[in-house]
Amino acid sequence: MESRPRFDVSEIEDLLGDGKDDGDRSLMAVLEEIQARYRYLPKDALILVSERMGVPLSQTYSVATFYNGFSLKPKGKHVINVCLGTACIVRGSRRVLDRISESLGIQPGETTEDGQFSLETVNCLGACALGPIVVMDGDHYGKMTAAKAKKLLAESFPEGVGA
Amino acid sequence: MIRTCDELVDLRNSLSAQRDGNSRYVAVCGGTGCRALGSEGVFGALESEIKKQGMDDQVTLKMTGCPGFCEKGPLVLVLPEGLSYQGVKVEDVPDLVSKTLVGGEIVESLLYADPTTDEKIAYESEIPFYARQRPQLLGMNSRLDPTSITDYIALEGYVALSKVLSGMSPDDVIEEVTKAGLRGRGGAGFPTGAKWRITRDVPGDVKYVICNADEGDPGAFMDRAMVEGNPHRLLEGMLIGGHAIGAAKGFVYVRAEYPLAAEHLRIAIGQAREYGLLGGNILGSGFDFDIEIVLGAGAFVCGEETALMASIEGRTGEPRPRPPYPSVSGLWGKPTNINNVKTWSNVPIIIEGGAEQYAQTGTERSKGTKIFSLVGKINNTGLVEVPIGTTLRELIFDVGGGIPGGKEFKAVQIGGPSGGCIPKEHLDTPIDYESLTALGAMMGSGGMVVCDEDICMVDLARYFMTFVQEESCGKCVPCRLGTRAMLEVLTRITEGEGQVGDIEYLEELAQQIKQSSLCGLGQTAPNPVLSTIMNFRDEYEAHIHDGRCPSHACKPLIHYSIDLEKCTGCGRCLHDCPAGAISGAKKEPHSIDPEVCVKCGSCYELCKFEAVLVE
Repeated sequence: MESRPRFDVSEIEDLLGDGKDDGDRSLMAVLEEIQARYRYLPKDALILVSERMGVPLSQTYSVATFYNGFSLKPKGKHVINVCLGTACIVRGSRRVLDRISESLGIQPGETTEDGQFSLETVNCLGACALGPIVVMDGDHYGKMTAAKAKKLLAESFPEGVGA
Repeated sequence: MIRTCDELVDLRNSLSAQRDGNSRYVAVCGGTGCRALGSEGVFGALESEIKKQGMDDQVTLKMTGCPGFCEKGPLVLVLPEGLSYQGVKVEDVPDLVSKTLVGGEIVESLLYADPTTDEKIAYESEIPFYARQRPQLLGMNSRLDPTSITDYIALEGYVALSKVLSGMSPDDVIEEVTKAGLRGRGGAGFPTGAKWRITRDVPGDVKYVICNADEGDPGAFMDRAMVEGNPHRLLEGMLIGGHAIGAAKGFVYVRAEYPLAAEHLRIAIGQAREYGLLGGNILGSGFDFDIEIVLGAGAFVCGEETALMASIEGRTGEPRPRPPYPSVSGLWGKPTNINNVKTWSNVPIIIEGGAEQYAQTGTERSKGTKIFSLVGKINNTGLVEVPIGTTLRELIFDVGGGIPGGKEFKAVQIGGPSGGCIPKEHLDTPIDYESLTALGAMMGSGGMVVCDEDICMVDLARYFMTFVQEESCGKCVPCRLGTRAMLEVLTRITEGEGQVGDIEYLEELAQQIKQSSLCGLGQTAPNPVLSTIMNFRDEYEAHIHDGRCPSHACKPLIHYSIDLEKCTGCGRCLHDCPAGAISGAKKEPHSIDPEVCVKCGSCYELCKFEAVLVE
């Protein structure tokens, strides 16, 4: 948990700029920047954004919870994303997901208790020739099988992955 | 800064003169697929090796967009011969440079090998995958660096814009697009010229154009390849559309999952502004136009036009009823014209070559080419561009190279969560908007997921319903709860708990959801279920009446065992089994304890001797 950047009011104020932006549209842009910076949307940041932009907190919360790209919970240090697009599914990506889920001891959408790993799924990365695909910390690993996924985790994290 | 059409011509002439047609040009595919396979490393290695071998003044090296053959990446194309190297690795680079670029020889080991005859094919134009295509839209991708506006200008880029601004009225442009017979490539196939005409004729000083690049259909990635590979053509199409419709502002709504596409677009917009092709008084014509990028945040429903506009306005991406259509009341209540990436990108081609030439390709009712993504259980995964009216058989077997592993073709799923599954009886159907709809599928984005005999159609229908359940925005009841009810029934069937009457119940629910949902997502959500019932009713019946999954895919209905004759006792499955269900001494046939087995299928996937049986 310690490795996560701490929420900093002055940074959010920088993101908000001089507040002259063209109305509503910048709310999403601001939230996207906060999400990119902290890998989640801290509650205090949402309150601050609402106050400064003059948007009701209910609306900010509504936008923040509607889109899959935003998270109200902190993400793990390592993010593992398994593609569940149709092309990956017909090539067996569910088996890959099950194996990673079992190895990490968490369900898709969850983060391990030590804050090290988040397991996520995506509905298509558009790199279907490589299916089934796993993206780990931004790197693509193609043509995965359950056995390869287990090996990938073991090789990438020799110190173990939780469960 | 280019101030007039003449200055643009001068710039193009000087750029083309530098780009000698006979000089050596090496294109490394920089599309997302090839990057994932390591093309950036190959590019870096080529760069230093070319220098090392003293060829840097004779060879132009470029990181280009995607030519489509993702299966064989990383792809390297050597011009002017059109030599196609495939599966290139960093360690192949020294040979490639010394043999081909210095010595003029071909590196046999990097060539495409025909899967049936093993014959090597050296030239891109002779590889069956490419030979049958008509790459009007994708063809330019491997010829230019998408981050270079001068590459695009040198290859006749912005010619169409200058033609429009120097002598075509908005009405002329709309007339030309109408005559070309272009229909919306987003999937619904609405005539583009007619849509532009409506938006132009609605009174109002402020109008907008939008490019829908929120490509969310799983299995479709042609829009990504086009934005990544040739962003300037998209901008040019939007500029022409903006002029025709009377808009001064355009938005491109890009899916957040496509960071490279967004980056290339951002670079292209910056360059176009710098060159005076976006901004005020473009090419001295008095036409003002600018384009802004809006990033999505991961919501499939935002591909629906009214939800997309809500998202651009900064709200939750919930659709609203139509009418009023965006042409009348769109973004911030202003008349707005929304088209897909491919539709916009077709526009410069129509204007440049003329409507008559454009309309020579395609069928009576659908003109031009269409890009499909061939994915799933197919040999040549990738993007293919063919004239509309090509048959499914030609696409899947001639271009796509058929099904891997000697398996039988079962169906092709077209149109994603809004589409359907087409069985082999209809493989000779020419593909156009109407024929696909008649078969219970739809053109949609053009994603084609090929399924072999191992794919259970009921399970696939359940997959799409799970998808829709997750992505339904929840605003209207039929979509939110109706699809959940359908999912429950489908889940029950795939678990062997199906009841007599379930098929009829699904059909009834489907009709109600189709008729009463608010937007396209809900209205088309039952299609994958209806089309599989229509074409594969026997599979549903086998699950319900016999408790049997004919494809051996539904976990609760299958069990795994080991063929004692074939098992060599290698121990691979035993070591991998997550449940510890497999036992046996080394080099002795193993066995699976059905009580312990979790049916993950990993042993089946892993066994090299086909000794694991599934029944």
